[in-house]
Amino acid sequence: MRDPASIPDSDLGRSEVKTTTCYMCACRCGIRVHLRDGEIRYIEGNPDHPLNKGIMCAKGASGIMKQYSPARLTKPLKRKEGSERGAGAFEPISWEEAFSTLAERLGHLRATDPKKFALFTGRDQMQALTGLFAAKFGTPNYAAHGGFCSVNMAAGMIYTIGGSFWEFGGPDLERAKLFIMIGTAEDHHSNPMKRDLAAFKRGGGRFIAINPVRTGYAAIADEWVPIRPGTDGALLLALVREIMELGLFDRDFLIRYTNAAELVNQNADSDQFGLFVREGSVPVRPDTFETPDKMWWDRDSDKPVIARTKGTEGRLFGSYHLPDGTPAKPSLQLLKERVKDYTPEWAEGITGIPAATIRRLAHEMGVTARDQTIELPIAWTDCWGEEHDKITGNPVAFHAMRGLAAHSNGFHTTRALAILMTLLGTIDRPGGFRHRAPFPRPIPPCPKPPKGPQAIKSGEPLTGTPLGWPADPDDLSVDADGEPIRLDKGFSWEYPLSVHGMMHNAITNAWRADPYPIDTLLLFMANMAWNSTMNTSEVRKMLTDKDESGQYKIPFLVVCDAFQSETVAFADLVLPDTTYLERHDVMSMLDRPISEFDGPVDSVRVPILPPLGESKPFQEVLIELATRLKLPAFTNKDGSRKFRDYPDFIVKFETEPGSGIGFLAGWRGKAGEKAMVGEPNPNQWDQYARNNNHFHYALPPSFQYMRNWNKGYLEWAYRHRLVRFTDPIMPHIYSEVLQKFRLAGEGKWKGKQPPDRLRERVKTFFDPLPFYYTPLEWRCSDGHAYPLSALTQRPMAMYHSWDSQNAWLRQIHTSNVLFMHPKVGALGNFGDADWVWVESPWGRIKCQARFTEAVEPGTVWTWNAIGKASGAWGLDPDADESRKGFLLNHLISEELPNMVGDRHVSNSDPVTGQAAWYDLKVRVTKCKPGEAGESWPQFKPMAPLPGQTIGFKSKVRAFLAGGK
Amino acid sequence: MKPAFSVIFLTTLIGAAQGLLIALTAGQMYAGGQSGGFFALGAALALALLCLGLVASVFHLANPQRGWRAAARWRTSWLSREVILIPALSALAFLYAVIHAFGWAPVLVRLGNGAAIDLPLALGLLTTLASLALFVCTGMIYACVRFIRQWASGWTVVNYLLMGLASGFTLAAAYARLQDSLLSGFMSGAAVWLTLLALAARAFQLWRNTTGAPCSTLKSAIGVHHAQIRQITQGFMGSSFNTVEFTAPGGAETVRGLSAFFLAVGFVAPVALLLAGMPVLAFLCQYVGLLAERWVFFADADHVQNLYYQAKG
Amino acid sequence: MTKKQLALVIDLNVCVGCHACVTSCKEWNTSGWAGPLPDVNPYGADPNGVFFNRVQTYECGTFPNTETIHFPKSCLHCEEPPCVPVCPTGASYKRDEDGIVLVDYDKCIGCKYCSWSCPYGAREFDPVQGVMKKCTLCVDRIYDQTIEAERRKPACVLACPAGARIFGDINDPESEAARAIRDNGGFPLMPEWGTRPANHYLPRRKTTTTLHPDQLTRVDNPLKAEGETPRPAFTTPTIDGVSSW
Repeated sequence: MRDPASIPDSDLGRSEVKTTTCYMCACRCGIRVHLRDGEIRYIEGNPDHPLNKGIMCAKGASGIMKQYSPARLTKPLKRKEGSERGAGAFEPISWEEAFSTLAERLGHLRATDPKKFALFTGRDQMQALTGLFAAKFGTPNYAAHGGFCSVNMAAGMIYTIGGSFWEFGGPDLERAKLFIMIGTAEDHHSNPMKRDLAAFKRGGGRFIAINPVRTGYAAIADEWVPIRPGTDGALLLALVREIMELGLFDRDFLIRYTNAAELVNQNADSDQFGLFVREGSVPVRPDTFETPDKMWWDRDSDKPVIARTKGTEGRLFGSYHLPDGTPAKPSLQLLKERVKDYTPEWAEGITGIPAATIRRLAHEMGVTARDQTIELPIAWTDCWGEEHDKITGNPVAFHAMRGLAAHSNGFHTTRALAILMTLLGTIDRPGGFRHRAPFPRPIPPCPKPPKGPQAIKSGEPLTGTPLGWPADPDDLSVDADGEPIRLDKGFSWEYPLSVHGMMHNAITNAWRADPYPIDTLLLFMANMAWNSTMNTSEVRKMLTDKDESGQYKIPFLVVCDAFQSETVAFADLVLPDTTYLERHDVMSMLDRPISEFDGPVDSVRVPILPPLGESKPFQEVLIELATRLKLPAFTNKDGSRKFRDYPDFIVKFETEPGSGIGFLAGWRGKAGEKAMVGEPNPNQWDQYARNNNHFHYALPPSFQYMRNWNKGYLEWAYRHRLVRFTDPIMPHIYSEVLQKFRLAGEGKWKGKQPPDRLRERVKTFFDPLPFYYTPLEWRCSDGHAYPLSALTQRPMAMYHSWDSQNAWLRQIHTSNVLFMHPKVGALGNFGDADWVWVESPWGRIKCQARFTEAVEPGTVWTWNAIGKASGAWGLDPDADESRKGFLLNHLISEELPNMVGDRHVSNSDPVTGQAAWYDLKVRVTKCKPGEAGESWPQFKPMAPLPGQTIGFKSKVRAFLAGGK
Repeated sequence: MKPAFSVIFLTTLIGAAQGLLIALTAGQMYAGGQSGGFFALGAALALALLCLGLVASVFHLANPQRGWRAAARWRTSWLSREVILIPALSALAFLYAVIHAFGWAPVLVRLGNGAAIDLPLALGLLTTLASLALFVCTGMIYACVRFIRQWASGWTVVNYLLMGLASGFTLAAAYARLQDSLLSGFMSGAAVWLTLLALAARAFQLWRNTTGAPCSTLKSAIGVHHAQIRQITQGFMGSSFNTVEFTAPGGAETVRGLSAFFLAVGFVAPVALLLAGMPVLAFLCQYVGLLAERWVFFADADHVQNLYYQAKG
Repeated sequence: MTKKQLALVIDLNVCVGCHACVTSCKEWNTSGWAGPLPDVNPYGADPNGVFFNRVQTYECGTFPNTETIHFPKSCLHCEEPPCVPVCPTGASYKRDEDGIVLVDYDKCIGCKYCSWSCPYGAREFDPVQGVMKKCTLCVDRIYDQTIEAERRKPACVLACPAGARIFGDINDPESEAARAIRDNGGFPLMPEWGTRPANHYLPRRKTTTTLHPDQLTRVDNPLKAEGETPRPAFTTPTIDGVSSW
């Protein structure tokens, strides 16, 4: 036997170590890839990377098996002449043929009607590039997957505090004393979150998990508070009420740093009703509506004065009359009136959480915030010039994501959470919520969606960005009749603040030609024929449906993916993407960087291995296509090629000529001497490579907190072009933005008006204060017939990943079952491990039941995206993923009927268009004896594709790097 | 435990061989120091069974080419001891056969009462001792597995011994009948008594295994002091060595059915057949029964490690 | 001085069950000294793979008082390893210098007897090489001088995002591992067998809050400043109104 310590591992074979950035999920850790004789031997967390500091997750360590997946696509393919779409008959073609086919087709569309091209992307991290491509192409029909992921979380918080959880901010677990996590929220930033949560617990912090299911991080919570799905808003509003009732809020913080004390016009007859009272004489910049002349009621003089006038202090409560007789109330008074009836007893009936528990939770939050205050000896200056000799904080931190977001009431629930956090005084303060650059941004941020059909012109780029942040009704993407101009109906009166688009309706709308037919749909890394779509069975039919003339209703479907996903089968053209180990990428400040609390961080990915077969990074495809289409920004004035390839593009591209802003913030300037802004630097990639593939700009401590109001920080952010203004970013306890939409609904807005059929909807849901309403889907179904909420979560070994084709990860989760409380089985007369039918008003599936005590009894749940279609993802047709696994999506409708008169709307949040996955209600019944053993529906097994790396399959696989 | 056919054949074959060798020696003494072809051929038969057992055991090893190494740890490992004893016993059986074949019977010791111990008898006694030792080794291989409650008792050794003797004597009876030996009656009679004894002991062990509490619980397995603990997932949803090696196909029902089968076919029927004077059929019947018995021996054994592998999740 | 005994101390208080230790172990070891770790049917029905480390999940109690416990388990490197003496060839052995229990593949005949003698189900059989395999505590990493000192740890320990795995000499009272056991009530698995597992587990530990009434009424209650502390109306009865003494 060889002594295990006799030969260093690195001496076995030819050994190399390269660094890059992981992409097994959206966390994006720094990794060190060890190669032996050119094969991957070991992928470890890079200890010199600020995000993960050497740690790694189950997916990251399984990157090797992604490389050796039998599902890899290696050749461009086109659907065989004469074969039916979806039948899976493909022939390999050259990239030249693929490019010329696309360039011809898209060139024609751009010259005639650019909106007939739609580009939707999945869980990619290159939205700055794909969005740029769409904008320069001239189509508004672009979005990534945010609309069906967690847009409510982004919109609800950004429209309230100018930042959000996600990559854009998070709980300061280093200093928090109490941490409350609500709903499933594990997916994002997961490795740092696990590390910080463990350290928090070790440090004696108290962790409360509020969730219908006790899995994930909730498993290690000090207390689990089970809640009925979709009722978080009721809980949060009751907590807000209790905290206000007892005076456990941070009064000084609210008065000075939020709009809590600012007066709101209460004259119901006025067209100013519900807007802030403004003094009127102060000069106001026309490009901001967050004007500095809002007023409060001064406590000493008992008069209205401009808010934050030196020597005055606004009243938070009360009802006042302005000198002209106009009634007005402070924002917080309106909130108090709003939550008056939201008692803990009321919330108990909705959430299932005992009123006493709700009270105690509120007390714990309030008392911890008030009595365990943190003081840091760091001086800073606020926006009004006042100098502070310390930074203070209230150590109560929250985290939430999709569990709150994926409901049709998620926007207001998220607003309620952000307001609770604000009441406790925990915004960008130690121990509370902390922003990550480029946040905080103005409320709302500046980019605006196209404002009407005039933004779309043949042969021209789009006016505006495809996605943006409407600040008032005039920013909506609607035509003169108030009808949508986007395929997905985003930014229309149906879902005005759909800031991430509504990918979940793109296929149905295109199929129905509502609002209009399209020609070409390009899907990148989005499994829209399976787990990324609602109503999967029907959507699969839509993809192959034909009109009377025998033409496909969606005429041309292009799919770019690295793997044989279910969607690939429906493509007319397949573009094989590379894995993350075979490409360049940027985690850009223009997109979703990996910033830390202490300052901006961005990073790059560099290829470790050559692309497999003829696979090509999608970025290269876009740049080549943009060059061939002669899109501005991608070509020189004379139409000639501007960028050699993607790395060249990343180095040279500037948002505008001479702007100095590019994809990467580090080592800008000719010699790499500048940060954030500066001329392109030809050696930028090398400099990133030399710094473990990332750039970290640590702000001075005085700029690291209170950034919404921190003069020094805002000045720095302004100079480095993160923000357009240095105005303070005031949390919106009362949302004037929402009120403007409501005024439009009431006909009191001078600009755009909703169509009459939607006025009621807009008036109802654009409430300037958060409120609780039952999820919309529940109104469509009989609560007795479908009594159970049905949810999904991703297991940790599959967070944000695509890895059922991964030999190691799939052994952990080979199939999924439906978890439920034993009571559900007792009522349905079935036992643990029995097979059951699960029905919703929209469809039915068959799966296996498993009993658990770690679930709220009115809820059933399963691991999402484990069930696969037979033969997909390089798996054998009889693999458990397809035979036993199942997909809950078949039960979820993408539309709800008769919601606006007799018209349907998307099964989404009426404010943001967030897909309401978690609103699903079902019933569970035992299946007949002969039906047990296999899930339903089953689909005809997908055949392997030409060029697919099916050769990696063998009955026994004993992987040994370099051991071929 | 997963019943491995290699081990089932190994233990039943060598058990019968050991029993046969003991029966031969007993017969030798019973017949007053006879020698000759009957004993030579009988020992050769035992040797053949031993060799067959060895062949079967090879199928149990993933790397039989290194099988010789298994003799190394005789100080601590019953398995190692068994590995030494089987060839040793085979060698003795071979010598026994040769000596009897050539009728070489020098007197070694003459006892005070005039009785003489000659070489065949001495070798017979030595073979008997070795056979008994091998029974102990084989039994102890299982009895010393503390983590299987059903195995970890002296009864396992007793059963290996008794069932080996019973099958050996039945075989001897059959052999004597085929050889028209005068020992046929003696062998049949002994076989009946031994089979009945083995039946009692095995039935007792079966009963004993249905009673008694497991030594470990999930509480001590995961160290969490809670009255209700359930496994939600064992950590993987396919299978693994730990789910295959430690479970038997068919479950409890198969075990129950086969238990009844082996009690009838392995013990009751052979006794009846022996009494009816059909020792050949009795042996064949008993051997089939003992194969089933050995299958149940494994399948009925619940290893402590199974506490960790209960739910696919 | 007691003998050096390397081991893992696994903190159930912070393990979130992410399986990072599972695949990082597989990844390091399949191409390492102990490898390969084969997978049978890797893409088919009933995959069967060799993993040295698994994360299991248990549930205690009934709703709503349910605890979900994630429980990583690998070879515990017992101080009295029952798997070692039963091995007929001496392939299973415990190293004198650090207490790691290893299998010498060149001696292993694949009889699987050692696995029968392990109550923890920690051994894994490699059907390709036909030898028994198991956790080696990454013995081919932890002494490798070409690896930077702080990374000379088992792959699972390096990967664990929660830092739930502490590696060290449990017989050295000054080690982080020994201290963690001592300070947090670390326990071995199935002590009733006398195997004295070297790996230890740390139990769940709960933080609770006690609230006092004065923290809720508060001397600094902002409602006072807002004049919002409830006051009874003038018209409601008082003692002054009814008492004439």
